[in-house]
Amino acid sequence: MEKRTDKNSYTLIFAIIMVLVVGSLLAYLASALEPTITENKRLEKQQNILYAMGINNNEGTSANFVTTEEAPELFDKFIKQQLVVSYNGQATENDQAYLIDVKKEQAKAKDGGVRQLPLFVGEDEKGKKYYIAPIRGKGLWDAIWAYVAMDENMVVQGAYFDHKGETPGLGANIKQRYFMDDFIGEHLMSNGSFKGINVAKGNADPKNNDKTDNEVDAIAGATITGDGVSAMIRSDLKLYVPYFKNLKK
Amino acid sequence: MGLLSKKDAALIKDPLADNNPITIQVLGICSALAITAELEASIVMSISVLFVLGVGNVVISLMRNIIPSKIRIIVQLIVVATLVIIVDLVLKAFAYELSKTLSVFVGLIITNCIIMGRFEAFALGNGPWKSFLDGIGNALGYAVILIIVGFFRELLGSGTLLGIPVLGDPIEKTGLYSIGYENNGFMLLSPMALIVVGIIIWVQRSRNKALVED
Repeated sequence: MEKRTDKNSYTLIFAIIMVLVVGSLLAYLASALEPTITENKRLEKQQNILYAMGINNNEGTSANFVTTEEAPELFDKFIKQQLVVSYNGQATENDQAYLIDVKKEQAKAKDGGVRQLPLFVGEDEKGKKYYIAPIRGKGLWDAIWAYVAMDENMVVQGAYFDHKGETPGLGANIKQRYFMDDFIGEHLMSNGSFKGINVAKGNADPKNNDKTDNEVDAIAGATITGDGVSAMIRSDLKLYVPYFKNLKK
Repeated sequence: MGLLSKKDAALIKDPLADNNPITIQVLGICSALAITAELEASIVMSISVLFVLGVGNVVISLMRNIIPSKIRIIVQLIVVATLVIIVDLVLKAFAYELSKTLSVFVGLIITNCIIMGRFEAFALGNGPWKSFLDGIGNALGYAVILIIVGFFRELLGSGTLLGIPVLGDPIEKTGLYSIGYENNGFMLLSPMALIVVGIIIWVQRSRNKALVED
C-alpha cells in the first residue's frame, strides 16, 4: 500500500504550507529586527570612520572600535566636516554624508550617472587634520570595503578594512592590525601623480620601511583579496585627487 | 556516563573516533579545507556547526513522519537555511560584533554536507533525543579534526596559535627563527589541509585495523 506521505497531493500541500510558514516567519523576523539592525549599521559606520583616524580602543595587536555608546558623541567631537565631493574636486557640506551608500553610488556611476563622493574631515586633539574616504570593491567571494584616512598630501594616516565573506584565516585577515597598520605612512602619490598602493606578493620590503614605494606586503594565501584591495584603492581613491589638488591651491 | 544509557553514550562517543564524520564518513571535507588555516576560525566554525547540527537534527527528527519522501532533501535544506538565517538575523540585531565574525561562516554551514548527511542518515529514522545526541556527537567529531588540522596549519604555516606568535618573530629572526627555521607558507593553502586530514586517517586506520576497508 502506498504511504500517505508518498502521494503527490500530500507532497504538494506539504511544500506549499512549508514555504508559507518559513517565508512568513523569516519575513516577520526580518522586518521586526530591521530598525535595530539599521541602527547597528549606522553606529558601525561612525566607528569605522573614527577607527581610520586613530580614534579607537586598540590593545596589543587586536583592532577594537570605540564602544557603540561612545561612538555618536566622539563622532560629533572629532569629525569637523562631512563633505560630498564632485569629480572636479568641488566640495559641498552635508551632515548626513556618512549615510551615503557607496555601493549605490558605484552602481549609479556604472549606469552613467554622477557619483557622490563622501569625505569626512576629522581633527584630533593635537589639531592634526585627517581626510577620510570610504571605498568599496570586490574580494574573492564578495564585497570588501575600507575607510582610508589621509593627510593633505594623500599620505595614508590610518585605514580600516572590512569584508563580507572572505575566507577566514586568509582573505579575512585584511581586517587584522598587521595588514591595516602597514598602510600607515604609505604614499598614494608618486612624483605628483596618483599611483595608489599595491598589495604586492614577494615584496622585498616585508618590514615596510620604504613608505614611498606605493607597496605593502600581501597576505600569504590571499592573492585575490589582496588584488581586490589594490584595485579598490586605485579606482576609488583616485576620484578624490582633484579635491586634494584644490585644497593645496 | 550515568546520565545516558550505553547506546546513547555510543551516539556521542562513536563519531569522535571510530565513526568520525570527516575521517571515516568523509563528510564535511570542503569546509575543513576552507577554514582551517587558523585555529580560531576552526573553533568558531566548530561551535556554529555544533549548534546547527544539534538543533537541526531535532527539528528534522520531529518532522520525520510528515516529511514527504520525494522532497525530503529540499525540506532538509530549507530547515538548515532557515535556522542559520534566524540565528544570523538575531545576532545582527543583538550581538552585532559577533555576527560580523560569524557571517562568513553562514554560507559554509548551509552547504556543509555533514549536516545534510546526518539529517538523511540519522534524524529521518530516529527520535528527537537520539537525534540530538547524534548531532552533538558528530559535530564534536568534526570539531576534533578541525581543531587538530587548524592547530598544525597555523603553527607550521604562520608560527602562531590563536594569533599569538609562539615560535618567535619571523622578520626580526628571534626564537626558533634565529636558528634558520622558516614558516611553511604551503601550510596555509588548502591542499595541505587535505594532506593533514590524510595523515590523521592513516594514523587512525593503522591503530585500528577494523577500520581498514578491502
